[in-house]
Amino acid sequence: MSLLSLANVQVAYGGIQAVKGISLHVDAGELVTLIGANGAGKSTTLKAISGLHHAGAGDIRYDGQDIRTLPSFEIARRGLVLVPEGRGVFPALTIEENLAMGAYSRTDRDGIAADIEEKFALFPRLKERAKQTAGTLSGGEQQMLAISRALMAKPKLLLLDEPSMGLAPIMVQKIFEVVKEVAKRGVTILLIEQNARLALSISHRGYVMDGGLITLEGESKSLLDDPKVREAYLGETA
Amino acid sequence: MDTFIQQLINGLTLGCVYAVVALGYTMVYGIIQLINFAHGEVVMIGAMVAYTVLTMLAASGLPPVFIVALAVFAAVPVCMAVGYSMERVAYRPLRRAPRLAPLITAIGISMILQHVALIIWSRNNLSFPQLIPLTTYHLGSSETSATITNVQVGIILTSIAMMAALLALVYKTRMGIAMRATSQNPQVAGLMGININQVISFTFMVGAALGAIAGVMVGTYYGIANYTMGFILGLKAFSAAVLGGIGNLGGAVLGGILIGLIEAFGAGYMGDLTNVCFLNSFLPGFANLCESNANGSLFGSNYKDVYAFIVLILVLVFKPSGLLGERVGDRA
Repeated sequence: MSLLSLANVQVAYGGIQAVKGISLHVDAGELVTLIGANGAGKSTTLKAISGLHHAGAGDIRYDGQDIRTLPSFEIARRGLVLVPEGRGVFPALTIEENLAMGAYSRTDRDGIAADIEEKFALFPRLKERAKQTAGTLSGGEQQMLAISRALMAKPKLLLLDEPSMGLAPIMVQKIFEVVKEVAKRGVTILLIEQNARLALSISHRGYVMDGGLITLEGESKSLLDDPKVREAYLGETA
Repeated sequence: MDTFIQQLINGLTLGCVYAVVALGYTMVYGIIQLINFAHGEVVMIGAMVAYTVLTMLAASGLPPVFIVALAVFAAVPVCMAVGYSMERVAYRPLRRAPRLAPLITAIGISMILQHVALIIWSRNNLSFPQLIPLTTYHLGSSETSATITNVQVGIILTSIAMMAALLALVYKTRMGIAMRATSQNPQVAGLMGININQVISFTFMVGAALGAIAGVMVGTYYGIANYTMGFILGLKAFSAAVLGGIGNLGGAVLGGILIGLIEAFGAGYMGDLTNVCFLNSFLPGFANLCESNANGSLFGSNYKDVYAFIVLILVLVFKPSGLLGERVGDRA
């Protein structure tokens, strides 16, 4: 059984149908990517899954339960955690406090402290600035913090919304290495990216979204070779 | 000099009360950007509940300090319930409405609470029984030196303790960090598993608890309570919160103490400063007035309520973000 499955999900934004009935699934242990142009409905799909904007129709099942109408905090407490577009760190909280908020639904104090240390070991930059407010970090560092913060919840399923957005190429490389590493450690990931080549190169499977519908799906390797994908999303002429 | 020290003490006492009330305004504003105009009425209800307990137990023979403590323990939960209910019933349904809607609702809640209090406690001025004998301490050797009373000492110490407790709550506890996270980005706070409705309710209840204790302090200080007392008090505390920078806890404390001092010094010196003979010494046209009534003044201490609002107007004109208010800027 899939960890996450969507069936005929429709999401409307102020009368406009942004997602027009999509079905997809993510199995435990997978790294799945959802690619597509700006405005294809990718972010809206993630918002619907994480409860930020409820889907009007369809079925969203996570871990065997219907979560379509649950509030976002309930969904987060079940281990489905979204790293939102634009990172969404709390700018006036310190790095440490941001990480502590990531572990809000946990109560094991010692485990939380150990996990914060683990994140610091992974990202020494964050440790150096542990007592500084997150607003003083660069964009890339904020993304590192946002991902670390999400991992503090010990998620079963991590949703990443455009983690490379607005970052320098070298930072993008780093972030993707982190995503790969997180996946290797056993966290299931659904990744949304505009950088289709990178996303497909690290994922197992991919979905291509266009105009609120899923137009293509398959193994990432085969999508990378698909002439339609190459033309539309990888910037190559057929 | 004695007058100066005396007004400093009076101002500090008053300022501590304003600061505690201002914290309630600023906390709620910080978390949902609502100016809860009904907060002054929460303070009034705190004073009224305390009045009821004090009069009921005045003749009971219990130790006075114990009775006052009971009054506080009765006022705090009642006010917390009022604070929780107003958020749950009136403001939560309007969370996504244009900002004017909850603001006008707040004024409506303020009127409802005043009139509920009018029905329960009558329209009369209720005088607090003087349970704790007033002791006055001279701060100098002479009989005319400035004085401080045990009630003033009690108010100042209680206020400082409450402010310290609040700062510890907001900056050191998990709930406090969640409050700050919610105020910065409620959507993302939800993604962290924080139930923001719970955090907002909690914020209202903490603000109301502070208001309840402020109400007991005001009632004990002035010895009187009235169903309209929350209105002016609330507006002054609101002015204090704006002066300090609304949404900023330290600002509310600073603003409250400044407003208290400004009011005390205004009341203490305005008579001298507008004395007709004093004005005659550098302004034309006061000669006749000075001859007929040498002790006459244009304004006296009965204008004390004006100063907070003069300050409010000046702040809004010259520094709308307040003294410590950079919160507006640090919102992402």
